[in-house]
Amino acid sequence: MADPEAFREQTRRWLDASAPAGVRTPPKTPDEVCWGGRKGKYHEDVRRWLAVMAERGWTAPTWPREYGGGGLSKDEARILVEEMAKLKLRPPLTGFGLEMIGPLLLQAGSEEQKREHIPRIARGEIRWCQGYSEPGAGSDLAGLQTRAERDGDDYVLNGQKVWTSYGDRSDWMFILVRTDRAKKHAGITFLLMDMDTPGVQVRPIKLISGASPFTETFLTDVRVPRRNVVGQEHGGWNIAKMLLRFERNMIADVFKERDDRKRLLDMARRCLPAAGDHGRIGDAVLRDRITQLELDQLCFDLTLARSRDRLRAGQPPGAEVSLFKLYGTELNQRRRELMLAVAGPQALGWEGPGFTDEELGLTRDWLRSRGNTIEGGTSEIQLNIIAKQVLGLPD
Amino acid sequence: MSLVLTQEQEILQRTARELVQSRAPVKRLRTYRDTKDPDGFSRELWAEMARLGWLGIVVPEAYGGSGLGWRDLMVVMEELGRTLVTEPFTGTVLLGTTAIVLGGTEAQKQAHLPPVAAGQRLLALAYQEPRGRYDWRHVETRAERAGGGWKLTGEKAHVLDGHVADFLLVSARTGGEPGDAHGISCFLVRRDAPGVGVERMWRVDGRGAAAVRFDGVTVSADAVLGGEGQGEPLLARTLDRATIALSAEMLGGMAACFEMTLDYLKTRKQFGVPIGSFQALKHRAARLFVEIELARSMVMAAHQALDEDADDQRVARLAGAAKARCSDAFVLAGNEGVQMHGGIGMTDEHDVGFFLKRARAAEIQFGDAAFHRERIASIDGY
Repeated sequence: MADPEAFREQTRRWLDASAPAGVRTPPKTPDEVCWGGRKGKYHEDVRRWLAVMAERGWTAPTWPREYGGGGLSKDEARILVEEMAKLKLRPPLTGFGLEMIGPLLLQAGSEEQKREHIPRIARGEIRWCQGYSEPGAGSDLAGLQTRAERDGDDYVLNGQKVWTSYGDRSDWMFILVRTDRAKKHAGITFLLMDMDTPGVQVRPIKLISGASPFTETFLTDVRVPRRNVVGQEHGGWNIAKMLLRFERNMIADVFKERDDRKRLLDMARRCLPAAGDHGRIGDAVLRDRITQLELDQLCFDLTLARSRDRLRAGQPPGAEVSLFKLYGTELNQRRRELMLAVAGPQALGWEGPGFTDEELGLTRDWLRSRGNTIEGGTSEIQLNIIAKQVLGLPD
Repeated sequence: MSLVLTQEQEILQRTARELVQSRAPVKRLRTYRDTKDPDGFSRELWAEMARLGWLGIVVPEAYGGSGLGWRDLMVVMEELGRTLVTEPFTGTVLLGTTAIVLGGTEAQKQAHLPPVAAGQRLLALAYQEPRGRYDWRHVETRAERAGGGWKLTGEKAHVLDGHVADFLLVSARTGGEPGDAHGISCFLVRRDAPGVGVERMWRVDGRGAAAVRFDGVTVSADAVLGGEGQGEPLLARTLDRATIALSAEMLGGMAACFEMTLDYLKTRKQFGVPIGSFQALKHRAARLFVEIELARSMVMAAHQALDEDADDQRVARLAGAAKARCSDAFVLAGNEGVQMHGGIGMTDEHDVGFFLKRARAAEIQFGDAAFHRERIASIDGY
């Protein structure tokens, strides 16, 4: 970067001139977040913002320009993120394409696959979902049974996937299938599958918290061309593990402290006021639990920052990265539970009347958070990984 | 400024590790205890540390220090923590030096800092009282005007490194009542002044400490440190900085205890296999690893804030955060260390027990985790 300050100045000016009014406030509902895709229906400003940013390659700032990325260095990308934050601009695009399959294809895809898929991800044209888990393959993912049999230049897929996030709104799926039944890990292949292919059926899953973004996907004689194999046939397990790392980083990212800290404190002051002491929480036990949680959050945030600082200083990732998924998800669960404890009986609502929307949200968020330590590799699996890969404990 | 060590700090870390591991192994604690060694540390090693510049890390160069930063001190403290070093850093460097740098007059700095940095003078901060628990405002010791100076009467407990200190920094009341923030003044008192009675305390962690009595000890007017009646903010600022440096020492203790435990898990065999292959122990070890990593981030951030001259409130908050985190994590590391070692961990012959003992003592020192959480809540106004 020739002159970081010049780049910052140009970037700020361009962003300010290009961003429509509708993307200068945080999204009010999850539906306002732009995931792109053929099936998405977004506000005009959101669509325009996606278009101008994609035109410049800034939906994927560090991806190579030849595949529709921005070609920025890490430092330039950081400046871009900082300037967007200063102007309070929404990200133009989010999703599994940008966060997971895009980086994976850049690392492990064929040239043909990169040319076909990366530009469409960067432009937000195709929304991706993930076909990993199956009814019989959860923590033991390599036990998956969805069959893919060779037939000329195609595979023919039969089986069932579960826990597909946004399967009903996605255009393509990256999917793990079994191409060899004799070998467990070495019989798995990683495929790219168009969700519009005949034989693909999607059904929503309802959770203990109510409606959810999860779906089940049923595959009946679905034909996928062989050129859609990522890596080698039977070599999908290594590709899958490579991608799981992107996923775990993404999940940990979600649990960085946002405005929840203020919310918990405000609630505690409102629900448990101390007599005659303005602003003080009346219940010493809950006060201590809140402080403990905030300290844990602070330590977690600082550990994320330390990890970023290491990368910036050109050092290899430290052992600390292995704890993000484990600790971030448990922290979120503890926060939800503490909010219930503070709200007392008003946290018991399922539907109105008698409960505010915020109170109903507490109940649903708490229930949903129980899944955080299951999805993307359970906490117990994370502990196994730390024990083996970081601590070097024997099998 | 970031949460990574510089190359210079990595070199300092290696030097410190080599010196401490070879000259101050954990087993020294057993010898000092069993021989009732009056010092409980090595004067030769202390001189060596002075030569290396460790005693003057946070002393300005004008007073014979090395003018380095708090993160450099952090690096050294972590290494000292790894082998539970008993040399009198707490009294001399963390508390005594900090108080004089923060509150000393030019003459006091000139008089005390150069000999301290050169390893020729030991200090201790006599602030804790028998009924005071963690509250530095609980001062019953009285200072009354006498001639042109002051006369001190009262008793202090748990004066860390007070058994060897050449000078005691003493908090006393020149006004107000025990518990009041106002009316506290600090004094520099020679340990051999008439009326000073020092009695060695033998603590579970092998650190030297003393109960100190002041029976009408007279000092001159220029013995006041930080101004008459201005002792409370000086004590609070000193203790916050010492607390942050202590948290680095605790980090070293928990890391070393964990490494020792991890080695044992890999080598000890039962049922024909290493016990570290059992999932019940793997998961506990992994959880402990997480706690230590989080503690490390917190300790580094607190030292970074000191190097960035953060305001006193932010320093107090970070001191509390670092101490609360390290207290919980170190105690966990000590408890888990002994449990995972099994029977051998309960024997005096094995070193892991010393970490358990030090963890408890360090947890209590400058206030336990609950004390610091309550302090943070009150700083943040809830």
